[in-house]
Amino acid sequence: MKRVTTIERFLLWVDDRVGTAHFLHHALRKAFPDHWSFMLGEINLYAFVILLATGTFLALFFDPNTAKTIYDGPYQLLDGTPVSHAYRSVMALSFEVNVGLLMRQIHHWTALLFVAGIAVHMGRIFFTGAFRKPREINWIIGFLLFWLAMFEGFTGYSLPDDLLSGIGLRIAVSVLQSVPILGTWLTFLLIGGVFPTKVLLGRLFVLHIYVVPFTLAGLIALHLMVLWRQKHSQFPGLGRTEHNVIGSPLFPRYAAKSLALFMAVIAVVSVLGALVQINPIWVWGPYDPWKAVSPAQPDWYIGWLEGALRLGPPLAVHLFGRMIPSLFWPAVLFPFLLFAVFLIWPWIDAAIRKDRATHHLLDNPRDVPWRTGFGVAMVIFAFGLVAAGGDDVQAKYLHVNVLSLVTFYRVFCIVGPVLGFFVAHQVARELRERHGVGKAPRVRLRRNAKGGFEEEPLP
Amino acid sequence: MMKRDGIIASALLLAILGSAAFIAAYFTGGDRLYEGLGIAAAAVGLCIAAAGWAFWIVPEEKVVDEVDTYPSSLDDRATQSGEVSEGLRELTRSRALVALLVAALGSFAAALILPIRSLGLAPDALLFRTRWRRGARIVRDDGTLVHVDDLNVDTVMTVFPEGATGDPQSVVTLVRVPESIPGTASGYVAYSRLCTHAGCPVALYRAQERELICPCHQSVFDVLADGAVISGPADHALPRLPIEIGSDGILRATDDFSEPVGPGFWERG
Repeated sequence: MKRVTTIERFLLWVDDRVGTAHFLHHALRKAFPDHWSFMLGEINLYAFVILLATGTFLALFFDPNTAKTIYDGPYQLLDGTPVSHAYRSVMALSFEVNVGLLMRQIHHWTALLFVAGIAVHMGRIFFTGAFRKPREINWIIGFLLFWLAMFEGFTGYSLPDDLLSGIGLRIAVSVLQSVPILGTWLTFLLIGGVFPTKVLLGRLFVLHIYVVPFTLAGLIALHLMVLWRQKHSQFPGLGRTEHNVIGSPLFPRYAAKSLALFMAVIAVVSVLGALVQINPIWVWGPYDPWKAVSPAQPDWYIGWLEGALRLGPPLAVHLFGRMIPSLFWPAVLFPFLLFAVFLIWPWIDAAIRKDRATHHLLDNPRDVPWRTGFGVAMVIFAFGLVAAGGDDVQAKYLHVNVLSLVTFYRVFCIVGPVLGFFVAHQVARELRERHGVGKAPRVRLRRNAKGGFEEEPLP
Repeated sequence: MMKRDGIIASALLLAILGSAAFIAAYFTGGDRLYEGLGIAAAAVGLCIAAAGWAFWIVPEEKVVDEVDTYPSSLDDRATQSGEVSEGLRELTRSRALVALLVAALGSFAAALILPIRSLGLAPDALLFRTRWRRGARIVRDDGTLVHVDDLNVDTVMTVFPEGATGDPQSVVTLVRVPESIPGTASGYVAYSRLCTHAGCPVALYRAQERELICPCHQSVFDVLADGAVISGPADHALPRLPIEIGSDGILRATDDFSEPVGPGFWERG
C-alpha cells in the first residue's frame, strides 16, 4: 500500500474544507520558461521580501522626532553635539544595537538593488516586446512599481535626518513648491508649513513604512496574479507557439531554482552589507538647514533627476504677477512627460506596428530595430543624466570647469541618444538580415546513397 | 552521482557553519563583518544546494501549458454584456434620480476629501517674510553679537537675526570684502543663504572671484553685484539683506529682505 506522507495528509485536510486539489495540481505543474532573463523579475520580488524583513527590524528602533537632544552615544566625534532624536535613533541602530548596522546596510543595499533590478527587468520586457497585448496591464502595474520604488527609496534615505538627507529633502520640497498654481498649497499640506517642519519626518515615516510598502505589496500581488492568469510569454523556439508555454514545472524543479535565486540575492546583499559601507550618517553629521556637504550626490536612482536639475536652463516664466520657476521644467514637467510616454508605450508601440493582435511569442530585439533603437536612446539619455548628476565630483578629479561639463552633458543628452538610436537601429537591421528567416540560405535536402541527408544550395 | 551529492552536502554544511558563525558573532560583541559574512555563507550554501537539487537531483522535464484561459467564450461575453446593459437600464430608469445620485456622491466625496485640509496651514506670509526687521542685531549660530572687527576681509560667517537663531528662512551669509568697495557697510555685505534655485544653503565662498557658490547644483552668485546669477541653473539673484554698522560697532539689519528668500514659487510673481 502507498504510504501517505504528512504533507499529503495536510493538503487533503485542506482540500476537504476548501477544495484546493484541482487548483493545486495544476499550479504545481505550471510551466515556467527556462530562459535566464525570466528570473530578473524574481530578483526584485526577493529584494522586496528582504526589504520588508530588514525594514521591520529598523522601524522598531527608529524615532521620527525632529526635536533636538544632545548626542551622548559611543561615537566620540559627535559627543555633545545637538542632534535630532531621529538622527540619534539611527546612530543608536548603527553603534549600539547588535546587528543594527548590518540591518541598515543590507536594507540600503537591497533598496539600490531593488530599483536596479526593476529597471533591468523593465528593459527585458521593453526590448522583447513582452508588453504587447495582452500584457499591457502588467506593463502599467510594473511601471507604477518602478516609480513607487524610487519614491520609497527617497523617503527611506530621507529619514535619518543627517546632513545629506536633509539637503535632499530641501531640494524635493523646493521641487514640489515649483508646481504652478498648486505648488505652495501642496507643500504646506504635505509638510505642514515652511521647510523644515516638525511633522515632516513623522509623515515621511508613515509614507515609508506603511502607505508606500502597502501599495507596493498590493501592486506586486496584482502583478503576479495577472502573470499567473495570462501565463508566461516565451521566446520562439522548437514546439513553442502562440497558444502554449513550454518550461520547467513549478514543483519541484522551478521551485528549487527560485529558492537558489532567493538565497543568491540574500548572499549578495549580506556580503555588501558586511563589507561595503553605505550611507555613514556619522560622517555627514546631523542636518542643520544652513550647513552643506560638497560634493553631494543622491542614491543612484535619483541621479537622473539630480542630473536634470543641474542641466536644466535658468528659465523662469513671469506672467500676470505669477511665476513658474525654472526648477519646474527639469524636475516636474520632464519626469511627467517621461512617465506619460512610458506609461502608454504599449499603445504607442501598437500604433507604430499597426498591430492589435495578441502575442505570446517574444520579439528578438534585433527584429524590431526602431523599438530597440528607441530603448537604447533612452538608456543613453538616462546614463547621461545620471553622469551629469555627478559633474561636481568629475570636475574635482578631472580638473575641469563644472561649466564645461554642464555644456558637455547638455550636448551629450541630445546627441548621444540620437546617435544611439541610429547605431542600434542599424546594428539590429544588419543582424536581422544576417539571421532573419527570409535571408536564410536556400537549400534543398537530398537523401544520399548511404541513407543520410546532404544539402544542395539553391541559387 | 556521488560527487554531486558530495557537493550538495558540502554546501549544506557551509550553510550550517555560516549560521553558526552568525550566532557566534552575535554573542561575541556583534561584529557587523562576521555577522554579515555568516549570513552570506549560509545563503551561499543554501543557494548551491538548491541549485544542485534543481539541476542534478530533480530530473529535467518539460511541461507544456496551453494558453486557453482567455478571452472567454463568445457566449459568456455576450451574456455578460447583456447582464450589464440590462442592470444599467434598470438602475437608470429615472433620469432625475440618477442626476441626484451623482450630486450626492460628488458631495460625499468632497466631504471625505476635506480632512486633507487639516494637514497644514495655508501658504502665507511665511513665504514672503523672514524674521529680519529694521534694527535687528546680527548674531552667530551661538547667539553672540557680530562686531565690525570680527570678520577678516574675504571671510564669511553664517548669521541670524537676534532672537531667531537657527531660523531656516532667515539664515544669512555675511561676507566681508575690502572697505574701499562702494555700496558696502565697512566692507560687509549680507545675502540670504537659501539658494534661489532649489533652496540648498549657498555655503561655498570663492574669495578670489568674490562669488558665492551653491554646492548642490553649482549656481554661482556675484557678491559685488547684488547677488546676481553668474552661472548655473538659478534663475534669480540671491536676495541681499540691507545692513549697517551701529554706533556701538555692532552689525544690524536696516530692514527685511525686499523680496522672498529661497526657491521660486507661483505666488512669488
